[in-house]
Amino acid sequence: MITRKPGSWDFHGGIHRPDMKAMSAGRFLGKVPLPERLVIPLQQHIGTMAEPLVKAGEKVLKGQTIARVTEYIGASIHAPTSGTVVEISEQPVPHPSGLASTCIVLEADGRDEWGELPEPLPWFEELDSSVLRERIRWAGIVGLGGAAFPTSVKVNPGPDRHIDTLVINGAECEPYITCDDLLMRNQADRIVEGIRVLMHVVDAGECLIGIEDNKPEAIAAMRKAVAESDLDTTRVISVPTRYPMGGEKQLIKVLTGKEVPSHGIPAEIGVICLNVATTAAVTDAVMAGRPLLSRLVTVTGEGVKQAGNVEVPYGVLMSHVIEHVGGYSDKAYKFILGGPMMGFTLQDDEVPVTKGTNCLLVASREEAPDPDHALPCIRCGKCAEVCPAQLLPQQLYWYSRSKDLEKTQEYNLFDCIECGCCSWVCPSHIPLVQYYRFAKTETWAQEKEKQAAEEARRRHEARVERLERLERERKERLRKKKDALHKKTADSGTDPKKAAIEAAMKRVAEKKKAQAEEQKENP
Amino acid sequence: MKFPVHTSPYGQLPNSVTRLMALVLLALVPGVAALVWYFGWGVMINIVIATTTAVAAEAVILRLRHHRVKRTLMDLSAVVTAVLLAISLPPLLPWWLTVLGTLFAIVFVKHLYGGLGYNPFNPAMAAYVLLLISFPVAMTRWLPPEILANVQLTFGQTLHTILTGHLPDALTWDAVTSATPLDEMRTQLEFNKTISEIRQSPLWGDFGARGWEWVGNWFLVGGLFLLWRKVIAWQIPAGMLAGLLLTAGLFWMFDPETIPFPGFHLFSGGMILGAFFIATDPVTASTTPRGRLIYGFLIGMTVFIIRTWGGYPDAVAFAVLLMNMAAPTIDYYTQPKVFGARKEEDG
Repeated sequence: MITRKPGSWDFHGGIHRPDMKAMSAGRFLGKVPLPERLVIPLQQHIGTMAEPLVKAGEKVLKGQTIARVTEYIGASIHAPTSGTVVEISEQPVPHPSGLASTCIVLEADGRDEWGELPEPLPWFEELDSSVLRERIRWAGIVGLGGAAFPTSVKVNPGPDRHIDTLVINGAECEPYITCDDLLMRNQADRIVEGIRVLMHVVDAGECLIGIEDNKPEAIAAMRKAVAESDLDTTRVISVPTRYPMGGEKQLIKVLTGKEVPSHGIPAEIGVICLNVATTAAVTDAVMAGRPLLSRLVTVTGEGVKQAGNVEVPYGVLMSHVIEHVGGYSDKAYKFILGGPMMGFTLQDDEVPVTKGTNCLLVASREEAPDPDHALPCIRCGKCAEVCPAQLLPQQLYWYSRSKDLEKTQEYNLFDCIECGCCSWVCPSHIPLVQYYRFAKTETWAQEKEKQAAEEARRRHEARVERLERLERERKERLRKKKDALHKKTADSGTDPKKAAIEAAMKRVAEKKKAQAEEQKENP
Repeated sequence: MKFPVHTSPYGQLPNSVTRLMALVLLALVPGVAALVWYFGWGVMINIVIATTTAVAAEAVILRLRHHRVKRTLMDLSAVVTAVLLAISLPPLLPWWLTVLGTLFAIVFVKHLYGGLGYNPFNPAMAAYVLLLISFPVAMTRWLPPEILANVQLTFGQTLHTILTGHLPDALTWDAVTSATPLDEMRTQLEFNKTISEIRQSPLWGDFGARGWEWVGNWFLVGGLFLLWRKVIAWQIPAGMLAGLLLTAGLFWMFDPETIPFPGFHLFSGGMILGAFFIATDPVTASTTPRGRLIYGFLIGMTVFIIRTWGGYPDAVAFAVLLMNMAAPTIDYYTQPKVFGARKEEDG
């Protein structure tokens, strides 16, 4: 077998879009000062919503677990500072729907007083990986690249799967976003420390750190940190700048040449992929016993007076963050959470920063123009040329539009990663991703409905069976009773009813006989 | 502060259907100029008639369908259809046939199927075939290229002929028109002449027919421009030329005296125009990468078959329409492998 260099593979499609990173790259604007009031959503991760462990009026200390998930997939939530719980209620949260969700509202006391923390585990190498996973779970760490999938779940591939490669994602392919870049430049050691922990946790043979080549400072800093560490199977790989290089499946393909199976997860091919900021959070949890309380957020776009990166405790309202960097400029037009390719717009900036918030992009009208009127699809196939999942977006569009959900499945709708490349290149300006989201949601709804129907059918069948069984039992009882009665009469030899009938018959017969004789006598 | 809400992605590659169609029109310029150079003003007059008809017809039907007229007309697709049809027509075709063909293309082939993006057949080619079958005499009255012509028609004479359907006094159709090279080749072959005998005629040039070959070359320039600007995918022209050359080459090797040299096919009819401008119409063509190669290849092959053994020499139009029908099926069987596609389960 020919061995190829990591990073020498390629993924299909993708686009080149001006990366716009220079506005905020390398600029750290400090930590956002704590506001008086924090709004901490209970759902900041993929999985089950956390359940509050505190009540209104209760005092909490910084780092105290204030909400927890008992199910496997979920992440704990800690108090980002000390203070008093004001209420636990529905508050606006950053979600595309604009709907409210349950949040713990915390009034900071300004003392920022730490609660009791678990002991640091610098001797992690002597510990079992399950202990470290438990620590990661305790710390409430989720994927900080934006997806917010619980990390403790991700680093647990199960006993049957062997992990060859740990991939650390520093690609940061979305235009405008530079928080991972900054972290790599300034805190490479913290990331490397996390890699040491994670290598032990997942027992991987090698670690590949993928960084897009538009971040030379980050590459240099990471290389230096790796060289100074004792990690001899860890390599920093400069990968070409092409969106969506930072997509998990795309980066793994480019670094290892392996394709994550359709509908599958990286662990199936012996890979676990984590974002650089997530890796740094693991360091804090294990080496310092500190939970995840804040994150780096890029604030950028022509709509803010000053672009850069800030450290924000979660629960701080976005309006407060914007104020900290100098406020909006006259050009502020759209408020995008995340990057311009996959982010979503918010109607209102009075929502809190959460664990998954990587970028506040306040775009001008030129940066994020209103969508053009869509024309019919002319089947030019540009979308298929750029689709990194190698789908046929034009066919998916056709079937999504006509609500032919079965066909969308046939054309692998669920392999779509919603990267937006197809919409970006479409000459007819069709909001393609929107159609795929619609089709996915419809399919889920239908699936749910189907499950509900199935459930109802099962319940109905169970009921019918129960009724039949009861009826059977009743009859059985009746029969038994009858039989018992029968037996009794048979045993005693006289059946009162039968005897009565026989007696009656006898009487009738005698009467008839008498009548007949009478007639004979008197003709 | 409140902000407007839209879905991702934000922003767009500066590209549009209008831009694509405009590039196609631009790419047609060298070929059209060559056509005018060799075959006179009739080509230009046909383009004007067809374009005017197409725009008017589309405007009316858009209004009937309650669509935004101006915005849809701006996509320029009707103009492209009109120009492609017009340059396929004989330069002296009576105006009402050009109008009829254009109306059929826009109203029947395009809008009755739902307009841009929904038509299964290439409108220009469907209209061409309609005219060819319905008006075979008028549709085969081609002019000889200017270098071979006995009579040069002035602009006024050309316009007169197109508007009235009659030649100016003192001119006869026999004197003015000639068969197309494809027609000529076929007729001569039917007289049992060999290719080398046929090619003695001054009609033939270096690659194909004189005049025609240069028109083909200029369309090729436009086609390469479209490839360079990524307006068209390379698979269709490449497949089509390969399909034609391989099939023609194969038969030619066995029988060079009755099967013309493959290059003849390239430069004597509408092959180059067809390969780069007509078969590449995205709406009616195959859309998968492999499918496009197959689609093009089959068109090329069909062109050779029709030209060699078919009833009409105008093979490109028929071949394109036939493969338009096959395109959905080709697409179905040539879906690309998705990222991370699992191997077929055993059994």
